[in-house]
Amino acid sequence: MAEDPLLTIEDLRVDFETTKGIVQAVRGVSFQVGREKLGIVGESGSGKSVTGRAILGLVPPPGRVAAKRLDFEGTDLLSADNRQMREIRGRRISMVMQDPKFSLNPVMKVGHQVAEAYRTHARVASGEAKRRAIEMLAAVRIRDPERVFEAYPHEVSGGMGQRVMIAMMLIPDPDLLIADEPTSALDVTVQLQILAILDDLVSERGMGLIFISHDLNLVASFCDRVMIMYAGQVMEILDARDLNQAKHPYTRGLLSCLPKIDGGHNDLAVLKRDPAWLEAKP
Amino acid sequence: MSSVPESARNDLRSWLLSDTPVSRRQAWLGRIYLAWRAFTGNRLAMLGLGIVLTLILMAALAPWIAPYEPADPDLQSRLLPSSKAHWLGTDELGRDILSRILYGARLTLYVVVLVAIIAAPVGLLIGTAAGYSGGWLDVVLMRITDIFLAFPKLILALAFVSALGPGIENAIIAIAITSWPPYARIARAETITIRNSDFINAVRLQGAGSVRIIWSHVVPLCTSSLIVRVTLDMAGIILTAAGLGFLGLGAQPPLPEWGAMISSGRQFLLDQWWVATVPGIAIFIVSLGFNLLGDGLRDVLDPKNSER
Amino acid sequence: MIRVRDLQVTFGEGKHTVKAVRGLSFQVDKGESFGIVGESGSGKSTVLRALSGLNPNWTGEVEIEGRQQAVRRDKPFYKLVQMVFQDPYGSLHPRHTIDRILAEPVAIHRLGDAERRIERVLDEVGLGTGFRFRYPHQLSGGQRQRVAIARALILEPRILLLDEPTSALDVSIQAEVLNLLVRLRRERGLTYILVSHNLAVVAHMCERLAVMNHGRLVEELSAEQLKAATPAESYTRQLLTASLGYDRAAIDQFEDFVAEA
Repeated sequence: MAEDPLLTIEDLRVDFETTKGIVQAVRGVSFQVGREKLGIVGESGSGKSVTGRAILGLVPPPGRVAAKRLDFEGTDLLSADNRQMREIRGRRISMVMQDPKFSLNPVMKVGHQVAEAYRTHARVASGEAKRRAIEMLAAVRIRDPERVFEAYPHEVSGGMGQRVMIAMMLIPDPDLLIADEPTSALDVTVQLQILAILDDLVSERGMGLIFISHDLNLVASFCDRVMIMYAGQVMEILDARDLNQAKHPYTRGLLSCLPKIDGGHNDLAVLKRDPAWLEAKP
Repeated sequence: MSSVPESARNDLRSWLLSDTPVSRRQAWLGRIYLAWRAFTGNRLAMLGLGIVLTLILMAALAPWIAPYEPADPDLQSRLLPSSKAHWLGTDELGRDILSRILYGARLTLYVVVLVAIIAAPVGLLIGTAAGYSGGWLDVVLMRITDIFLAFPKLILALAFVSALGPGIENAIIAIAITSWPPYARIARAETITIRNSDFINAVRLQGAGSVRIIWSHVVPLCTSSLIVRVTLDMAGIILTAAGLGFLGLGAQPPLPEWGAMISSGRQFLLDQWWVATVPGIAIFIVSLGFNLLGDGLRDVLDPKNSER
Repeated sequence: MIRVRDLQVTFGEGKHTVKAVRGLSFQVDKGESFGIVGESGSGKSTVLRALSGLNPNWTGEVEIEGRQQAVRRDKPFYKLVQMVFQDPYGSLHPRHTIDRILAEPVAIHRLGDAERRIERVLDEVGLGTGFRFRYPHQLSGGQRQRVAIARALILEPRILLLDEPTSALDVSIQAEVLNLLVRLRRERGLTYILVSHNLAVVAHMCERLAVMNHGRLVEELSAEQLKAATPAESYTRQLLTASLGYDRAAIDQFEDFVAEA
């Protein structure tokens, strides 16, 4: 990256104290994000979602977050107090989550939720907020923004709901967007259409995007760089176009165990988990 | 347990907590052990359990620990305050209140256990049948349930007792008849949630009949909510029985039923307050105990909290 | 082996009727692995539910091994046809041990010899005897799905209906489970109908497949045709393109294939 990174993370650690002992969800993760699309790929339990949430301070107790550096555009996110974090969340770093069924308020019209997102960070009259919200709904390619403004979450489809979420999260014009499996609950064609919207908006606004997913192929074709996580650690970070030359055996294993349309009917390669991957990195 | 050597205790613990049980019994005991560990972590729940166990002990050991006979009047010692001879004083017929409380615990336990044993299975059966079958059976059963629920519990119990005649057995029947509807509702709600689950579909696809499905698959998943609800209801059952006793329709004199004791002690409330208040405090403590126990059980048994 | 003609499945009544499956016809030969691919709302899972007898609201003809099936199935049917469900977390009873889950079908059909059958089927799906008395919550997603497969196999069916069997699993576990399914089919000579939204899984597992959209059959094609990227219908071509990954230019060409009335 030529310019300064937006977000710098060094040695991020997240622990959860449970009745069965301490669970180390994230164990020393370091990376940087600039004005680019970074994909974080991992299977369940890899710690990818927790990483995303730790950036925004959304790890609930009994989770504990620690890091050598957690810097966003000059602000230290670790030592920021509640007021500072509230200003950052939404306004400068935003997050889109997986299922709009669960992340949209079911008893509030969707348009009002988008307008509310705007008014949280800008002091404007409700008329102005409504106008901006409708503008935003049109920007995410909703064909009938006025009608959708007045709809409830259960009245819109999954794909539409996710567009609303994106509108809601981008209306305050953040610098960094974290998307946690934003399209996993959607059909494959709708998935790609949503990603196209994200792609366009992110490029237009010069935003950074952290795209968290379990789908390696999707991330590799969509993002600029890819970070592979396993058991709370980073296995490899590489440019998306270099994925086929990945060096780490876990990455190669993930790639080779995927069924392919043009593959044969032979047995799929099974990922052999090397216990050495679990060891803490220096 | 402290006399058992450390190694034997540890062996038992690791056997119970084993990851690979080798028999159904081991797996089942292991689960119960884990639930017990979770339960004992909750201090209030343990307090509730303690109170309930004390109640049971009092009831069981009453003939041996009560200093006097509960029904022996001693008109020389009427309405005496607390003293060395009578720790909780005496009532209007000179009977020792402590002994009456201890023997009254039997009656309280009798009422609570019988009502639970009658009402809960009835509610469970009606609720699961209605929830699983749907259609007209569901409608008919639920309207019957609604009819029962429409009446205030005490009034309905009163009506039944008046029809059946006063007496503690009739009071139990009356309270049981008014207690089952909420259990039916709970069981039905759980059944409706469960009935479209894949594991039910899977067993339907094996050719299982409705009875097997309801009995082996649906009922076990309803029992947790039901146990919690029954325990929480016990306080209400005690109070209803006490209410009936207070009105003279439950246990008949000279039975030392706590509610009846309050009733007869009413007239002396100003000067000899202990006659009515002591049984009142007993009811309060026992109701509280069942409530705490129920809360603790819910924390442990609620599938949302546990491994579901 | 399996012949379906003009299958129609409707949900709801009056103004809220939804035609989930509209006039679907296809055929599966003995020992074949047939895939049904579609997006959500295409009706693919509903087809399996109607075929298995779980959903009684269907019309049309369903012929299995030469016998026409009525809306209600009989016990011998369940010895012939079994199903593996999508969600490993929902398809096992949370309060039953694995042993009990596997013993139940044996008891329902009075097959006897439960001990041996359970041990054998657990072995076949690659789970050791240590798993026998565990509860589902003590197993991982992949292990649960193996138990679900074991449960389906213990009655020794000849037809297996697979409803998105690996959609809820991690990619590395999916590979293991798919390999297991392939091996079992080969060893036991089973006939599969596999439903999935994932074109790659279907292409890998099946010889022929049907593409569904909004309840209708769009086209039937062989895995070879799919690999050669020569599907006839534009919907299938769009699905194929979308399955290959993010391609900005291609996405702009995507159409909305709306349901016909």
